Amino acid sequence: MGVEGIGARVLRKEDKRFITGKGKYTDDMVVPGMKHATFVRSPHAHARITGIDVDAAKAMSGVVAVLTGSELKADGIGNLICGWMIHSKDGTPMKMGAWSPLATDKVRYVGDAVAIVIADTKGEARDAAEAVEVSYEELPVVVNALDAMQQGAPEIHAEAPDNLIFDWDLGDEAATNAAFAKAAHVTSMDIVNNRLVPNAMEPRATLGVYDSGEDHYTCWTTSQNPHVARLVMSAFYNVAPENKLRVIAPDVGGGFGSKIYIYPEEITCLWASRKTGVPVKWVADRTESFLTDAHGRDHVTHAEIAFDSDHRILGLKVATIANLGAYMSLFSSCVPTYLYATLLSGQYAIPAIHANVKTVYTNTAPVDAYRGAGRPEATYVLERIMETAARELKISPAELRRKNFVKSFPHQTPVIMCYDAGDFDATLDAAMNAADYAGFENRRQEAAKRGKLRGIGMSCYIEACGLAPSSAVGSLGAGVGLWESAEVRVNAVGTIEILTGSHSHGQGHETTFAQLAAERFGVPIDSVSIVHGDTDKVQMGMGTYGSRSGAVGMSAIAKALDKVEAKAKKIAAHLLEADEADIEIKNGDVRVAGTDKSVPWFQVALAAYTAHNLPSGMEPGLKEGAFYDPSNFTFPGGCHICEVEIDPETGTTEIVQFVAADDFGNIINPMIVEGQVHGGLAQGIGQALLEATHYDASGQLLTASYMDYTMPRAVDLPSFTVTNTVTACPSNPLGVKGCGEAGAIGSPPAVINAVTDAISNNNLAMPATPQNVWAALQAAK
Amino acid sequence: MAKVELVVNGRAVKGEAEDRTLLVHFLRENLGLTGTHVGCDTSQCGTCIVHVDGRAVKSCTMLAAQASGSTVTTIEGLGLNGELHPLQAAFREHHALQCGFCTPGMLMSSADLIRRHPDGLDEATVRLELEGNICRCTGYHNIVKAVLDASEKMGKGAEKAA
Amino acid sequence: MYETQYHRATSVEGAARQMGEAEDGKYLAGGMTLIPTMKQRLASPSDLVDLRRIEALKGVKITGRTVRIGAVTSHYDVSTNVELAKICPAITSLAGHIGDPQVRNMGTIGGSIANNDPAADYPSALLALDATIVTNRRSIAAADYFIGLFETALEPDEIITAVEFTAPDRAAYKKFPNPASLYAMAGVFVAKSGDTVRVAVTGAGENGVFRLEDAETALAADFHASALDNLTVDPNGLLSDLHASAEYRANLVKVMAKRAVAEIASRPM
Repeated sequence: MGVEGIGARVLRKEDKRFITGKGKYTDDMVVPGMKHATFVRSPHAHARITGIDVDAAKAMSGVVAVLTGSELKADGIGNLICGWMIHSKDGTPMKMGAWSPLATDKVRYVGDAVAIVIADTKGEARDAAEAVEVSYEELPVVVNALDAMQQGAPEIHAEAPDNLIFDWDLGDEAATNAAFAKAAHVTSMDIVNNRLVPNAMEPRATLGVYDSGEDHYTCWTTSQNPHVARLVMSAFYNVAPENKLRVIAPDVGGGFGSKIYIYPEEITCLWASRKTGVPVKWVADRTESFLTDAHGRDHVTHAEIAFDSDHRILGLKVATIANLGAYMSLFSSCVPTYLYATLLSGQYAIPAIHANVKTVYTNTAPVDAYRGAGRPEATYVLERIMETAARELKISPAELRRKNFVKSFPHQTPVIMCYDAGDFDATLDAAMNAADYAGFENRRQEAAKRGKLRGIGMSCYIEACGLAPSSAVGSLGAGVGLWESAEVRVNAVGTIEILTGSHSHGQGHETTFAQLAAERFGVPIDSVSIVHGDTDKVQMGMGTYGSRSGAVGMSAIAKALDKVEAKAKKIAAHLLEADEADIEIKNGDVRVAGTDKSVPWFQVALAAYTAHNLPSGMEPGLKEGAFYDPSNFTFPGGCHICEVEIDPETGTTEIVQFVAADDFGNIINPMIVEGQVHGGLAQGIGQALLEATHYDASGQLLTASYMDYTMPRAVDLPSFTVTNTVTACPSNPLGVKGCGEAGAIGSPPAVINAVTDAISNNNLAMPATPQNVWAALQAAK
Repeated sequence: MAKVELVVNGRAVKGEAEDRTLLVHFLRENLGLTGTHVGCDTSQCGTCIVHVDGRAVKSCTMLAAQASGSTVTTIEGLGLNGELHPLQAAFREHHALQCGFCTPGMLMSSADLIRRHPDGLDEATVRLELEGNICRCTGYHNIVKAVLDASEKMGKGAEKAA
Repeated sequence: MYETQYHRATSVEGAARQMGEAEDGKYLAGGMTLIPTMKQRLASPSDLVDLRRIEALKGVKITGRTVRIGAVTSHYDVSTNVELAKICPAITSLAGHIGDPQVRNMGTIGGSIANNDPAADYPSALLALDATIVTNRRSIAAADYFIGLFETALEPDEIITAVEFTAPDRAAYKKFPNPASLYAMAGVFVAKSGDTVRVAVTGAGENGVFRLEDAETALAADFHASALDNLTVDPNGLLSDLHASAEYRANLVKVMAKRAVAEIASRPM
């Protein structure tokens, strides 16, 4: 590897603008004549709209317009959709209720948008929004998934009787029952995965600009995937045809899934800009973000696992109820199904698995993918029940896992996935060594002398990244293909622009992607620019989520680099009068191998553009594009070990060490990969110890600000021990697997296994707040 | 309307704003200094931190009118004569930022922290004293490393340089 | 935030006059509670009279063991006052743990006690220290000043000018913060002067700060943490919310009280 090539710890190219305050986020965009929008939102969780009076608001100072859902409908703007079709086990399609960007007949959760107010200043827009009089007839409310399934529960969408969206099965139920019949031991437990609010630090924002001269729309938005936004807004919401709609996602301040989806606000601001003739900007305040960003998780599960007398797993049964909130968000249906149940085999050879998932509507914010999306839920179920089984069987949790590891690859699980590579013993050993697992008992005794309860817990996770082979996801119901595009443009002076359909909102693509070109051509990364996030610049892309930018996005770049390299070699062979097969590119020179004949990289580029002396029949230019469609998911895996000390008097948990040993395949930039792990761990530990989302019975979100929703702060977290082992991924050209979500997937069960170990009470739900731990300690007395 | 007179990043500025205008909005909208961000409504996230008369404050919890007459330093003024401030350099060196949204506030908070601890810092102090800043990307691991490193590099002269 | 009129006062008299002319005005000090409340549109004063620049209200003055803290002295300035730390480290430590560093740079002692948030730290100190709240009209004993949730003995246009107390022989403050907001979920200030022990609790009471008389009696007889082993804190009358039930708060009150006493014992005399 070169100093800036694959595997090098290269400092980030993008940092300078962020550390000097020159980042450009959506809220920083100002265009002439721009006005400010506020949404009138429902204060009720479930109500019929009986009237909207906008006259008083329209008359207020600075107000440009007040627009409602009936006007939006009259202009033909479509309903929001969920883009992944799931069929119930009886073959019926999922029951998707209508979601109008501005509610017209009914509101279904607190925060549901009812009208948009546009004014000269944000303050005036808010003043006027308070003057919009919406008459509501309140309806009964249900916030909890189990309650929503009860007979007589309030019906949220007429399209979905009993609030059931689908009742879906995966795996062989008969085979699983047969396996359980032979069991020597069965462990069963109820497991709740707590609802989380994503909380990217940059609140969602959008600026919609309609140009009447060109009949053209521009949408600045806080998106992880601007091309998907344009596709959906064109194809389904009738905002504008794709050639008349430019979507720009500039610097985006974190996403974690919550900025994948197309929300009512972008659509409404674009439409409102045309309607009013002024550019319309909307920026969420934090409370709006809490109320309306798609939440994550919220599963209730019953799981059973069967072992033979030798402690080998015979089968696993999982029944999950997933709360999807008031509307089906863009990818909500695939999260508790194909991103969840397909991972229930974990790192283990399990002969038979059966999973049933029921999804339901409630009067809460829509729920969709949040960092990990389904895979944390699967890992939590499996790694909590494995730990619990080890305790019941009175054997080492490490050894129970090791005994059941998948040892040979490829490995076909009973739940669709075919693992292509891994070495689970290696990550387990690496984690146990780094954590000094063997020395734990001494540390526990030492802590006891100080009056502290010390516990240790582990989690061995696998996840599926690099979403995903288009034909495979198409057959499973996806509305889109999950390939990625890239274009490599070599300029006449040899500098390079790489256009990618991936989007960076913290992941450091401007550096990592440039390293690929540096590795390939030996050029400095400063001469490589990454272009992304603008549908006018990059032709089409699928965006960034599911740790796919490495495995899929970079593979597309690698493919385009292959083509550029091949053409460059042809040109060089012609210039050097050598055989093409003898040409190699090293350290910025294109040379004939084994000789001193060479031509600098920039001269090859120049030759491509002067076109004075190209091989006969060759087109001028040095620019190639590629679409890469993966052949399989990738399967990062690893072992996380958490060690805690608990103050029994207050219930406070301190993480005294956290070790993550991960196998991400080949690594392009270890610094960035470690950073991704740190961030994922913080979110996973946040879920396990701090973050709780509470709705009251009337559907009011009680944790709607940082006064009540506990975000992990520096003082809540330890410094992490992060290490890695490598099995290269055979399913993509770079051998990479993906690292964005692993931290959030592996850590929650490790933390809860440690806390329950410390307090000797396995009955503890996330988050393990001081109050909850103290109560569990009292219960165990 | 309130008349607001400030010295911002060494330059005297004057402007008019509604009395209810927060300092952060005055900086962003009237002065175009968009490096200072807004991430919450309850004065907790710290993305809006600037220095007012030498002390770190949350500019989302101060009226522009209240600040009038003060000297303000924002992220755009943290570096010295076009050079990166040692903290800015340390944040880059230690990969202490990802999406960059919390970064300006984190830097302004850390600069104040180092100023208040000219004799040096330890990890526990840094973690505790960053209570007013929330980052969702980094898990704080590298931020803590960067602050400790900058503090050490700035040494006893920290009070002056910050 | 609703529109409002901002006025900057340069003297206490001037501030009172400006308030008298306002339709529905409020005094503004550090603004650490008032401005967020206004941003949420939960308060809509017609006028704000800013006290923070009145020089006469700033600073800590120590005469012997008598302490006078000007009303607009910031938490940071209290926490870093070396002379105050020598005679009453409990109060400097308390000030150094309010909110976060940026809150401490802006927030003031007068603003804190005028607001009397049931989870604020200072009220417990002032009650345990038997402090006097000095206003532009009168002096009020802490015991008469704190009335209930966000409720004090202040008249609407009255201005706190200072807080006065005599440094106790020994004191300590321990709090258990709300994990989200960082406000006290249970904060206990223990002060001992001669044979008198006063214990005041913030963050926990349904009516705001209160004295824990059972603990005072036990500690007056035997000033050791173990003297509180058999203390029972009644959950009745304690706050209950998402983060802490009344029972859990009762436990925290006892634990924090013991830790405050233990801290005093561990400190050199």
